[in-house]
Amino acid sequence: MNENQDAEAVEEVTKAQEPKVIKFDELDPNFKYEIQAEPSGEFITRCYACGTCTASCPVRSIEETFNPRRIIHMALLGMKKEVLSSEFVWLCSTCYACFERCPQDVRITEMMNALKNLAVKNGYIHPAFTAQIDLIQGHGRLYEADSFVNKKRAKIRLPELTESPDPIKAIFKATGLYEYSTEAKESKELPQSGNTEGGSNE
Amino acid sequence: MSDAKRKYALYLGCTVPVRAQNYELSARLIAKHFGIELVDIPEFTCCGFPIKSVDQRSSLVMAARNLALAEKQGLDMVTLCTACTGTQVEANHELKNDSDKLAEVNKILKKDGLEYKGTVNVHHFARLLYEDVGIDRIKQEVKVDLQNLAVGAHPGCHFTKPSEAFEDFDDPENPHVYDDLINATGARSNPYSERELCCGGAILGIRVDVAYAMVGKKLASIKESGSEAMILICPFCNVMYEQNQKKIEKELEQGFAMPCIYYTQLLGLALGYNPDELGFKINRVKPSKILERIGVTSEKTTT
Ligand code: SF4
Ligand code: SF4
Repeated sequence: MNENQDAEAVEEVTKAQEPKVIKFDELDPNFKYEIQAEPSGEFITRCYACGTCTASCPVRSIEETFNPRRIIHMALLGMKKEVLSSEFVWLCSTCYACFERCPQDVRITEMMNALKNLAVKNGYIHPAFTAQIDLIQGHGRLYEADSFVNKKRAKIRLPELTESPDPIKAIFKATGLYEYSTEAKESKELPQSGNTEGGSNE
Repeated sequence: MSDAKRKYALYLGCTVPVRAQNYELSARLIAKHFGIELVDIPEFTCCGFPIKSVDQRSSLVMAARNLALAEKQGLDMVTLCTACTGTQVEANHELKNDSDKLAEVNKILKKDGLEYKGTVNVHHFARLLYEDVGIDRIKQEVKVDLQNLAVGAHPGCHFTKPSEAFEDFDDPENPHVYDDLINATGARSNPYSERELCCGGAILGIRVDVAYAMVGKKLASIKESGSEAMILICPFCNVMYEQNQKKIEKELEQGFAMPCIYYTQLLGLALGYNPDELGFKINRVKPSKILERIGVTSEKTTT
C-alpha cells in the first residue's frame, strides 16, 4: 500500500461526498476494533490490500465509487463517519465473488454486513431496509399473503399461504431490531407529533 | 435409493409463493414425478436474508427458527430460492459449528417453544435432483426431444457460494452441477462471457440504475452467445431478469426479448408435461418459439 493509493482512496470518497481531506484528529483509531467486535468483522485486519476483491466485484465494474478494497482501507485508517454514512456500504450485492478469492480470507461479504450493521447502530440505516423490517415484522415475510395471492394460488391448486408475524416480532424484540421499525418509532414519537425523520438522502 | 424414504420439508420463502408460482408449481410436479414427498410447514417465515444487512443476529435467529420447525418434524429442508438457500445453509453451518451461537439463538427460540439441535440438512431443490435423483435417472426419464436447445445457465450466486458452507459440493470457479442438470434434459448449457455475473437483486432497493446495468450486461451476453433462453432456479434472479426485463429494455434502450425459464419447467417439458401444468402461462417473456418447435404449444402460452 503506497501513498498514492491512499490519496486515491480519499479522492474517491470526496468525489462521492463533499470535498474534504483526511484530518488526522478526526480519524478514529478504534474503528477497526469496533468492526472486529461485530459478528464476521473480525478478519478485517488481515487485508494486505492486494485488490483481488475489487477486481472481482461486479458492482465495482459498473459503479466506480464502490470499491471493496478502498472501503476496507478507509475503515482501517479509522475513517468511521465517512464509511458508515456513505451510500457505498449498502452497495454490496452479496455475490461472494470476493469472498471466494480473497487470499487473506478477510471474508469480505460477511465483513460488509458487519459494516452495515454498525452503520445501522450509528443511525445510518438505509430507508429501503426500514421498509423491509416493517414488512417482515408485519407479515412474517416480505410480501403479504392476502386474499388476492391466495385466490391466484387456489386457481392453480397451490396450498393456501398463511402468515406468522408474531414470532418474528418476538425475535426482533429480543434482538433489539424492533426499535428500528416504523411501529416502534411511531409509538415513541406519539407525544411530540409531526417530528418526522427525513431518511438519509444523499 | 428407495423412493419411499425421500421426504423433505418444502421451504418456499417470501418470493416463490407470491411472485414465482410457475416455479413452485413445476417444482412440486417434478418432485412428484421422482417420488420426492414435499411437506408444507405453514409456520415457516422469511429466511432472514434481507435482515442480514441490518442485524446479523436477528437474521441468524430467523433462519434458525425455520430449521427448528423442520427438525421438529424430523425432516431435512428443501429450498427453491437460491438466496434463501444461501441464508439457511450459512446459518446452519454456523450453528452446527458454534455451540455458543446455537445456545444464544435457542435462548430466543425457547420463548416460541422451539429449540434447534443442529440435525437438519438444507438442500436446494436442484442440488437434490443432482444428488438424490441423479443425472442418469433424469436422462432415462426424458421423453421429449429438446433438440439441443441452446440456453444460458444462471443458478444464482448462493447456489454454490460461500463454498465452505456448501461443503464444496461444486467448484464455484469452475462449476458443472447446474450445467449437467441442464444438459440431462436434452437442452444444451451454452457458455457465455458474463456467466458469473450476479443479478444485482440485493441492491435493487439501493441503486436501481446499478442493478439494472448488471442485468443488462448479463442479458446482452446471453443473447450474444446465441442462446434462446435463460434457465433459472432463483425467484429473485427471475424478478431481475424476467419481471423487470421490459423496464430495463426501456431504460437501457436495448432489446433482449429473452425468455426466462425455471429449470423445473425445462425439465418438465423434457419429461413430457404440458406447458400449462408447468405454469408457463405465468411466464412473462413467452418462450412461444421454443415451445412450438418442440411441438408442445398450448393456446394459452402463445402471445
Ligand atoms: S482480496 Fe482480501 S486481501 Fe486483497 S484487498 Fe481485498 S480484502 Fe484485502
Ligand atoms: S460480495 Fe459484494 S463486495 Fe464482494 S464482489 Fe460481490 S458485490 Fe462486490
